[in-house]
Order: sequence, then C-alpha cells, then structure tokens
Amino acid sequence: MREFSREEIDSVLDLASNLEAFARGKKSDMLAGKILALLFFEPSTRTRMSFETAMKRLGGGVINLGPAEGSSISKGESLADTVRVIGGYADALVIRHPKEGSARLASEFSPVPVLNAGDGAGHHPTQTLLDLYTIKKESRLENLSIALVGDLKYGRTVHSLAYALSLYGADITLVSPPSLRMPEPIKSDLSSKGTKVRETCDLNEVVNNVDVLYMTRIQRERFPDPVEYKKVASSYRLTPEFLANARDNLIVMHPLPRVDEITPAVDATSHARYFQQSFYGVPVRMALLKMLIGGGA
Amino acid sequence: MAEAVSRDRSRDGPKELRVKTIRNGTVIDHIAGGQALNVLKILGISGTTDATLSVVMNVESGKLGKKDIVKVEDRELKEEEVNRIALIAPAATINIIRDYKVIEKRHVDLPDEIVNVVRCQNPNCISNTSEPVKSRMLVKTKNPVLLRCIYCEQPLTDRLAEYLI
Repeated sequence: MREFSREEIDSVLDLASNLEAFARGKKSDMLAGKILALLFFEPSTRTRMSFETAMKRLGGGVINLGPAEGSSISKGESLADTVRVIGGYADALVIRHPKEGSARLASEFSPVPVLNAGDGAGHHPTQTLLDLYTIKKESRLENLSIALVGDLKYGRTVHSLAYALSLYGADITLVSPPSLRMPEPIKSDLSSKGTKVRETCDLNEVVNNVDVLYMTRIQRERFPDPVEYKKVASSYRLTPEFLANARDNLIVMHPLPRVDEITPAVDATSHARYFQQSFYGVPVRMALLKMLIGGGA
Repeated sequence: MAEAVSRDRSRDGPKELRVKTIRNGTVIDHIAGGQALNVLKILGISGTTDATLSVVMNVESGKLGKKDIVKVEDRELKEEEVNRIALIAPAATINIIRDYKVIEKRHVDLPDEIVNVVRCQNPNCISNTSEPVKSRMLVKTKNPVLLRCIYCEQPLTDRLAEYLI
C-alpha cells in the first residue's frame, strides 16, 4: 500500500461508491465476455468469494485454479510458469500465495494484470481498500481518530491500513500486548510522514476517545504460554458493557474471522460495522476489476 | 602510484612493499579492514579463478584505521562491477593500472538497484525459492546502506556480508 497515492486510493473508493448498487444486485454487463482467474494457493473465504461475486455481478466469468494438490503445482510447476499459462486464459489474475512477494513476481511473468489477494505475511491491499471504504462510508476518512487493536506485530492488515491512513492525516493509537507491538520500522515510517502515533496496552484508555475501533484476532499460536495467551485475549474482548461510554458514532471494525475478541452481543449494538465491512469488499473489488479490465474508471 | 597503495606504513624503518606493483589490472584500495574476501565474493572471484590476485588485509590506514587492498592483474574491472562493492566497502577507491601507471582513479558509487548480489534475509520471500528470478534490492539510502527487497519489501540493513550470494 506504500506505493499508492491518495489520489489513486480516492479514485478506487469513488468508483466503488458508484458501483455499490450493482454489488447489491442491480444487473450489469460491464465486464461481459471477460474472464477472471482465481489462483488461491492458501485457503480463503471472504476474499475469494467476494472477488468471484464482484466479477459475476458485473457480468464476467470466473475460472478457478482449485486446490493446489490437484493441479500442475503438485507436479512442481513454478509460480512463474503457472501465471504465464493461466494469464493466457484470462483477462486478469487474482493471486493469494503463502510466500511474501509472490504477487509481484506473478506480475512480472503474467501477460495480464495481477491483483494481490494476500502474499504471506506481506500485503493484502484489497482488504485495506475495503477498510478505507468502510471508514469513509460509516465514519470519516479526514482527521480520523482510530485505535488498531490486537496483534499488531504479525497482522498484515493493520500494517497496510496504518500506511494508508497516514495519507489522510489520521491520529492512530496502537493497542497491543507488549509482545505483539507494531514493528519499529513501520512506526518510524508513519511518524516520518507526520502521522500521530501513540502506543498503549490498555484498551480502556482509548475506547471512549476514538472514532473507529479496529479489532484484530490475537492468534493463540503466537504465545508459547497458554496462560499468557488467555490473559491477553481476555483483555481485548469487546463487550457491549465495554462500549457503554464510547462515543455514539464510534464504529467497530474487524477483518474477520473473529474468534472471541468481539462477543456476539456487540453485533446488535449501533457500533458494529464488521459485516458491512465484509460486504464492502464486493464494490471495492468491482471497482478494481472495472479499472483494470473494464476500460478504466 | 600503484605502489603507494600497498606500502606498509605500520613499522618504523625503511618502507617496504607487501605486494609488488602490478603492470596491468585493477587495484581496489581503502576497503574496510577484514572485508577483502567479501569484496572478492561480490566481484564473483572465487578460489577457482585463473586471475593473478593479491589480497592484503588489515594494514594500517590513516582514514580507516585498518584497511584491505585487492589487486587483480590483467583485468580492468568495469564500473558496474565495482560499484556493487560499495555495499560493504563504501570508501573503496578503484585504480585502473596500465603499464604500471594509474590511468584512472575513481570512487565507488552504489547503484539504485542491486541485482543478484545479496539475497533477501526473509526466508519466506518468493525470491528465496526455486522460482526463476534473481534477487533484486532497491537501494533506499547509501549512507548508511539500506536495501529493500523488491519482492517482499523487507529491509536489509546490517549483516549484509552474511547475505552475499
């Protein structure tokens, strides 16, 4: 996301807004005759299905690599060869791969545009764009006060989002256990761009002072000691009571899937936006497909 | 001129040359002490080379404290070859020698992109697999040297020598 300018992001978000009616079911043949290839080398539910939905809602077709074990990958074919071959069948590729940098490599070999749907612990730019779209629709992008909560060390979503928010002058509070703090190079990058960044372990301290609470899952496997995990996990469990004194317009986001960091009771509060956020993946991915293979914005 | 670079200044008494002057070739001087073998590695000069080589390590230097010197006979190293050594020897000077005379003297200057010299330190980077790609590093800053992998974008700052290909 570091390479995106604010103008480029804005143009995706504006187009997504124009396409939202089609994401909700209005008929379209904007991408009729076009084919999108989905190459998911790792499991995915939301990203894969929302790309497929976005393409089909715009009248296009989708081909799917399917499980890697039944494909040429199991015969030892390189990623470079795979994208060269499948790039010959489709108008664009969507790739998720466990290795960092795989999408960039794919773009070097593919004859058609490549969309990165997550490369290892690297980037997941379409998630960031849909996060920004959610914030724009449900809160405000300008002068936003946001708390990023949970695993800020390994969570690629929060890294990309923090970079993108720095383009909009956001005030960012990082809430995490000490062992899962955001990596120093990212924090110094953000500060050097003039972004106000502060750090705390205590969610109580910030919950009443922000516009957006962006929750993430704390993964059990990051903690060698299960007792330590339980202590940390329970300190970031969002309940309606916890939100009692929050601003009325506070929104709660989560890239999903959640485990127990947001209790189901929060779903019924006026703050919950994570399911809308998940839906917004469709118009945002529609916008990207339209820009790449549908004749631009 | 070519003699001066290997003159021993560390002892009292008559000055002596540790390594004889070369007639034709390249002398790389002002390599930080202990880095000469890494310089050879970057230049692609291995133990099986046919070239006549002289390597002097850890001689006293006014500028660097201790420095190394490499002399490669009968080979004039090209600019793009030697610039890569700025990764680990930014103060190095290159002397091109013809018929015992220095006909060209220049400093090394790191290029904007380094290809196939250092591998990415991220074991999960796609460039560290059997894919048909070379390691590519963008040079973000030259002093201190900060590289960023073009694929996974991980920075590489210290322990560069450990990652030489």
